[in-house]
Amino acid sequence: MFTAWTQIFKRDLLIAFRRRSEIIHPIIFFVMVISLFPLAIGDDKVLLQKIAPAIIWVTALLATMLSLDTLFRSDFEDGSLEQMTLLKTPLSMLVTAKIMAHWVITGLPLILITPLLAVLLYMPSESISMLLLTLLLGTPTLSLIGAVGIALTVGLRQGGVILSLLILPLYIPVLIFATLALQNVEQGFSAEAQLAMMLAILVLAITLSPFAIAAALKVSLN
Amino acid sequence: MEKQYSFTANLNVKNLACWRNDQVLFNNLNLSLSPANVLFLQGENGSGKTSLLRILCGFRLADEGDIFWDNKSVLSNYEYFQNISYVGHKNGIKDELTVEENLNLMRSMATASDIKTENVLKQIGLFKRADVLARQLSAGQKRKLALARLMMTENSFWVLDEPFTSLDTATVEFFELLIKKHVTRGGMLILTSHHEINLSGLSVNHLNLSS
Amino acid sequence: MGLFAILFVYGLYSGLILAPIDYEQGEAYRIIFVHVPAAWMSLFIYMVMAITGAIALIWRLKLAEIVMISCAPIGASFTFLALVTGSIWGKPMWNTWWVWDARLTSELLLLFLYFGVMALYNAIEDRRTAARAVAILALVGVVNIPVIHYSVEWWNTLHQGPTVTKFDKPSIHLSMLIPLLVMAVAFKLYFIGSLFMRVRTELLAREQKSKWVTALLESK
Repeated sequence: MFTAWTQIFKRDLLIAFRRRSEIIHPIIFFVMVISLFPLAIGDDKVLLQKIAPAIIWVTALLATMLSLDTLFRSDFEDGSLEQMTLLKTPLSMLVTAKIMAHWVITGLPLILITPLLAVLLYMPSESISMLLLTLLLGTPTLSLIGAVGIALTVGLRQGGVILSLLILPLYIPVLIFATLALQNVEQGFSAEAQLAMMLAILVLAITLSPFAIAAALKVSLN
Repeated sequence: MEKQYSFTANLNVKNLACWRNDQVLFNNLNLSLSPANVLFLQGENGSGKTSLLRILCGFRLADEGDIFWDNKSVLSNYEYFQNISYVGHKNGIKDELTVEENLNLMRSMATASDIKTENVLKQIGLFKRADVLARQLSAGQKRKLALARLMMTENSFWVLDEPFTSLDTATVEFFELLIKKHVTRGGMLILTSHHEINLSGLSVNHLNLSS
Repeated sequence: MGLFAILFVYGLYSGLILAPIDYEQGEAYRIIFVHVPAAWMSLFIYMVMAITGAIALIWRLKLAEIVMISCAPIGASFTFLALVTGSIWGKPMWNTWWVWDARLTSELLLLFLYFGVMALYNAIEDRRTAARAVAILALVGVVNIPVIHYSVEWWNTLHQGPTVTKFDKPSIHLSMLIPLLVMAVAFKLYFIGSLFMRVRTELLAREQKSKWVTALLESK
């Protein structure tokens, strides 16, 4: 049961490593969009500092959504998905391997580069650690929820636009709690409640979304 | 005498119907297949051959009717689906992996089989190209690689959709032998093909979906 | 539909003319007789959609698929109505057309969810596949709605607290409550009526080749 899981996980990492551009593009997008804000607003330290968490989080949301596009597409197109449904390991398990590999490839680099961008937006250092914590708790949730949308639209030609219609409303709780946590820290309050909520949403997403993803993939195969 | 398959049963399809939007592909389709038998699907393009195979593999839902394996509906019978080896229009191999990596992946996920990857490579004539990315193979070589999953499985039910497209004569003969071995071991096979296939000595039923 | 018209007219009349003027909000509050029932309906219809979606997925009933997909445009219309009336109400109350208050925001997000459902349904060619995809989406949405609502609530609350659900000590006067409930029933009837019409059309369109439809056409 777990051999298939680890095989898929390793396979996806290896493929991503051979197709490096797919890892790098969302990161470049992330960096570029964030650097657009100071250019548009002007070098206003107070304002930038105030809206930095919002900028970083909204951009992270969009970058995650963009990067998800490749999650199931190649498996769908080359027939690997059909083969995966015939394995002993349930599809709902296998998709978690794919999502985890995908998060390691796209989510983790995004988190690693964030401190640099936070400095560009004049974020104070105590907020940066909180920002990283919210991203660490939030981006896996985004991947899991986004995967449902991707699984539903993988067979469609104009999937991209519809995908954003489907999953952006579902991303809002994560966005709200993450930015609230950051606001709290800035004002010197505890952000425990918000972090607990984010953790709860992550647990909920881990338990429920694999089944939705597997069901959606089977519908897309039809 | 080859070792017989341990997991096998009768397949029965009752009143199967498949529509594509408003168009009826087939209606009231009944068929049955027992171990050591071959079902050869025929019919013109668009008569629903591929759709039927995909329904049998669970990729597509039938609009009406049921499929029974061992007289039990397959809807919640995972053993049935895990016992299928399917080679469809899409090869199911990863372009970014080498030939050998693709084979290793297939083998690690297949039901128990002791054949070595090296032997498979030699038999399908890709030994020298083991480290080449699958992307760089020709269409025929890719097809060989896709069919190689049949050499590494203990599944007793094979579903093959146009298996021999773009293969050369020698390779076709090799896989014909593989199919014969499979069926004499008590295996079952449903296939479609526009190529002449030599299945002499096997019990073959024909089903024409056009009529 | 006839019953809907009677209740609707009575509800509107008693709400807009008979009910007393609110001592804080003046005449403007009267729009809640449309706004509140519409907001209730928007959520109620999403629930109906999710439940029929679950039925469609589990038992693969074609009728459930059709009911589910027929719900979406009606639900979206009610959500839109709730948003527009909420914003009209907001103008005299808050002196601005739009306030990012918790419930209006939730309602807006609900509208987005409805848009997603309709977009997905229209994007997939095969009707049955589309219906199953939408059913999954509706179920995912229904799990998310409480989370979304809760997060938005936490994020900001400017709106009045719930005034109707406190049954022990209703803070709303009976002369206002009755028209409100009459309107709610009227909207529900409208939903059922228009749902039946949509289901009938969709069913006939899907089954246009089947025997009973041809028989029906020939008999006319």
